[in-house]
Amino acid sequence: MLLIPCPYCRMERPELEFRYGGEAHVARPADPGVVNDADWAEFLYFRSNPKGVLAERWRHVSGCGRFFNCLRDTVSDRILAVYRACEPRPDLGGGARP
Amino acid sequence: MRFSFLNVARQALSGNDGWPEQWTSPEPKAAYEAVIVGAGGHGLATAYYLAKEHGLTNVAVLEKGWLGGGNTGRNTTILRSNYLWEESAALYEHALKLWEGLSHELNYNVMYSARGVMMLAHSAHDVQVGKRHVHANRLAGVDNEWLTPEAAKAFCPILNISRDIRYPIAGAALQRRGGTARHDAVAWGYARGASARGVDIIENCEVTAIGRDASGAVSGVETTRGRIAAKKIGVVAAGHTSVVMAMAGVRMPLESNPLQALVSEPVKPIMPCVVMSNTIHAYISQSDKGEMVIGAGTDSYISYSQTGGLHIANRTLEAVCELFPAVRRLRMLRNWGGIVDVTPDRSPIIGLTPVPGLFVNCGWGTGGFKATPGSGHVFAHTLARGEPHPLAAPFSLDRFRTGRLIDEAAAAAVAH
Repeated sequence: MLLIPCPYCRMERPELEFRYGGEAHVARPADPGVVNDADWAEFLYFRSNPKGVLAERWRHVSGCGRFFNCLRDTVSDRILAVYRACEPRPDLGGGARP
Repeated sequence: MRFSFLNVARQALSGNDGWPEQWTSPEPKAAYEAVIVGAGGHGLATAYYLAKEHGLTNVAVLEKGWLGGGNTGRNTTILRSNYLWEESAALYEHALKLWEGLSHELNYNVMYSARGVMMLAHSAHDVQVGKRHVHANRLAGVDNEWLTPEAAKAFCPILNISRDIRYPIAGAALQRRGGTARHDAVAWGYARGASARGVDIIENCEVTAIGRDASGAVSGVETTRGRIAAKKIGVVAAGHTSVVMAMAGVRMPLESNPLQALVSEPVKPIMPCVVMSNTIHAYISQSDKGEMVIGAGTDSYISYSQTGGLHIANRTLEAVCELFPAVRRLRMLRNWGGIVDVTPDRSPIIGLTPVPGLFVNCGWGTGGFKATPGSGHVFAHTLARGEPHPLAAPFSLDRFRTGRLIDEAAAAAVAH
């Protein structure tokens, strides 16, 4: 089980308190009326699914109830950074991959 | 050498020294007509049917680890075809029909056992969904029948049908032709059959890049054992499909999750069938060695770690202990995880890609083992002809653009 630090509660809590929200920074098209089928498919279904560092969303459902973002290595499952939903993805630099 | 009574007798008399290796381990050649990435059950079945049905024998199957060492060696070996939608039922029924004759086809005992797969219902909603499945299957010509709790207990005597448990059993759907098969034997049998027909199976050979020519079509692969040219590449890489496809610049509608399974210490036969429960998420059968084989769920998050959270397995064990009080004191011997590639509609992707010469067979999620022969059969056709097999056509990558999804996410039971 993951131990996830919530950036709002400033506490490391067990994964059971959280709900997964999938890949982060998947932006909904600004003007849905002009989006073609291929771009809709990209937004709805296609994901980077990386073997390495992934930016993902979690929601602290049994805590503050808020969404936040997390950088996690999908090979080691190690959490590298957590940040608020409104913040840009932190730059971990070259040596960040454990 | 064929396995036959005569050959077994002959070898017995000569001290069993004369058995040849089951498949060869050649050095990779510089070029092949087609390259399959991934020597799991699906990849090996693809190579076998390419050679047997399409005369394409100048084929290499590249495997980064060892043969059948991924999800083929990690699954809970359940076979069934009682899917809701016509497209799915047709595809999985095609596979089940191949399973029925596979040991003879391969001259290799894959231990297909039609012991029946029973899927439990625990609520009025479950009963409605289960009966809808039964009727949809009946109309599609796939066997599936509805059982009362008493009939379910008669079929599987250790089942607890008490009304006093947390999720009492309200009925069950039973596919009698469903069952299990020996997972390793499937990989070995297909490898042996493919190798005998001239296919090169190359282990410890990881694909690191996919080459493209000036027109954009594939030209070959870079591997840890050198460059291999090929005009056709079939990616059958399960949980790592997104990683391999990214080498050709193709994004996939996939997420990779850990899926866990467990086995107990072996006991005498107590479980005559496979039992699954969607609602409380457990599936269980007994191997021929006597171990209880238990499938747990997937972790919620994307991971390539081949392990999973203990709470996932724990939840399944709680359900199993309530459904089968007889197994409560069994010790678990092993617990492991595999990485499954899950699509948004929980149906596989079989077919062409935007890159000429690049084909993909993936997205089997948590239940690809049952499809192994059918998957290889239709994918070989797709790869050889350059157009989808009629049964594979609805499972195109393009369906995510057109919206013609085959939504087994809501329709299928726990392991699909």
